Amino acid sequence: MIAAGIDIGSITTKAVLLSEEGILGSHVRFTGYNAEQAGRTVLDELAAQLGLKRKDIRRIISTGYGRRSLDFADRALTEIICHGAGAFYQNSGIRCIIDIGGQDSKVILLDETGKVKDFVMNDKCAAGTGRFLEVMARALEVDLEAFPVLAVKATSPARISNLCTVFAESEVISLIAKGTPREEIVAGIHQAIAQRVVALARRIGVREPVTMTGGVARNSGLVSEIERELSLPIIENPLPQVNGALGAAVLGLRMG
Amino acid sequence: MTAVNTITPSAADERKIQSVKRMKEIMTAYYIDAKTAAENNKKVAWITSGGPVEPLIAMDVIPVYPENHGAMIGAAKMGIDLCERSEQMGYARDLCSYARADIACATVDGGPIGGLPRPDFLVCCNNICGTVLKWYEVQARYFNVPLFIFDTPFIHTEFSIEAQKYVRRQFEEFFVFLEEQCGRRFDGDRFEETARLSYEALHLWQDILDTTTKRPSPMTAFDAFTHLALIVTLRGTRTAVDYYTQLREEMLGRVARGVAMVPREEHRLLWDNLPIWYRMRWLSETFASHNASLVADTYTSAWSGMGDHFDDKDLVGALASSYANIYINISIDRMFESLKKKIQKYEIDGLVMHSNRSCKPYSFGQYDLQRRVMDELGVPALVIEADMVDERAFSEAQVDTRIEAFVETLRQKRVS
Repeated sequence: MIAAGIDIGSITTKAVLLSEEGILGSHVRFTGYNAEQAGRTVLDELAAQLGLKRKDIRRIISTGYGRRSLDFADRALTEIICHGAGAFYQNSGIRCIIDIGGQDSKVILLDETGKVKDFVMNDKCAAGTGRFLEVMARALEVDLEAFPVLAVKATSPARISNLCTVFAESEVISLIAKGTPREEIVAGIHQAIAQRVVALARRIGVREPVTMTGGVARNSGLVSEIERELSLPIIENPLPQVNGALGAAVLGLRMG
Repeated sequence: MTAVNTITPSAADERKIQSVKRMKEIMTAYYIDAKTAAENNKKVAWITSGGPVEPLIAMDVIPVYPENHGAMIGAAKMGIDLCERSEQMGYARDLCSYARADIACATVDGGPIGGLPRPDFLVCCNNICGTVLKWYEVQARYFNVPLFIFDTPFIHTEFSIEAQKYVRRQFEEFFVFLEEQCGRRFDGDRFEETARLSYEALHLWQDILDTTTKRPSPMTAFDAFTHLALIVTLRGTRTAVDYYTQLREEMLGRVARGVAMVPREEHRLLWDNLPIWYRMRWLSETFASHNASLVADTYTSAWSGMGDHFDDKDLVGALASSYANIYINISIDRMFESLKKKIQKYEIDGLVMHSNRSCKPYSFGQYDLQRRVMDELGVPALVIEADMVDERAFSEAQVDTRIEAFVETLRQKRVS
């Protein structure tokens, strides 16, 4: 049997196709303004890449902020339960997930059977999220992909005291005006986000081993900053960005 | 897709609480009386929700509650406008939204009932917070009327003999203040009668809240929030006793007939903090769509809990104890004990905490309480961030996801 998981996030939409044998494939595209369209297209494109038809897919589970916009999904589940299931599928040892998505960040604790024990989400603002990093990259006129490369070069990271996206942006602009090198600012941004997300994790109590999911986990500079702040290694999740969609597919497969 | 309960019209009708109609009539009559007080040579006192109202009623003064008015403003979704107005007056957005809405409303006679009647004097009891002191000082200056401050010391461990004497003394001073304001001797007999009626209503209210110990629960916390209006505004009157007698009968009847407020009650939840007044219906429907019933709350039981201190031989002492020991005037340890008792009594599966930007004494310490409830009682707890009146502090998508994810974890826990 084949199950699909579709994760409609605030910035990107992800799809994973899964069978009992394992992951068949995954696909990511921008959500844009029509969540329903993005969900439909991402699945169609992935199925076409794999030479599959819609009728080959037995179960479709949607998740993410746009989860309820797909009328062809069998069920909508929150990204919390899906990230839990996805991370556990990839590594059943995982007990704590730090997920940084486009518009929020969350920390999820799992029990030995992979069930969600507890979770906590950040306050309702873009601070320390994927969107926050995008705004900072724009202010610095660098590609987000370059952030990890720049951060390693930093010797004394700049201090970003404000984590409100708007205020932090003006702080970054004034650092630029003062001639602070880009790499120091990037490292400073990573530090600020790491401190915030670790504070969130401490709120519910970190349990080892920890992994990171969400598109932001692809930024190795930020991951190592979080490791430093936590004083713990982060177990690499091979598919962080599509982890939620994978979890949705795992839960779909389980539904039979 | 989330399960949506199919409701047949007759089942929905049966679920409706019939007494609501009577309550609305009583509240309308109460506000008409209050707003026409001056024409009828009656005095009006503004008083805090946890303030000792019995002496006022004994002296024929009409008590008016800016907090109840604040809740009405919130429910009418008129909070943003009034909060913004107060911010233009120079008040910080971080202040309590009841205070902001009330301060702004007094200047424009806005809100759903065109403002509150002008007070002859103010009574402020600090058992609910420190904000009320400054809020009532502002209003005393604005209306140029006397202010009586009823001081109830915070209870860290126990209500000491010294504190009891002190609060009792506050009552004596309050009586003298009322004699000065009303120009006649304090009526001790009327006061005792009022105090007894007050306790009678408080005990009835507790009985009503206790009907939710039954499965399925005949009402939810959302209903309790609505029906609380009389225990706040009219305790100490025969009207409140009669009304709650009727409501108790209705609830007992529902229990006997097995009428459930949430048709497929699966998860029994406990609500902490004030309601989110402008989102009552949405929250109630959202929880119900997940088969979750909020069977109890710490807010409406703050009043019924006052009933425990009843002593017919020493009514002043009893009231001193009732008003000082109110839920948010006690330490985190005592709050935890109270939560624990409720979790056991109502057989609670999960705790939902509203971290209320407005109410600092209620929201401060919630994360500690959450952790203790989870670790010591093994009950999952969720925090949602919002505000009781200021809608700008509410994000539907975020709250929606948190509630849904919380119910998913409860379901997983149940399966295992």
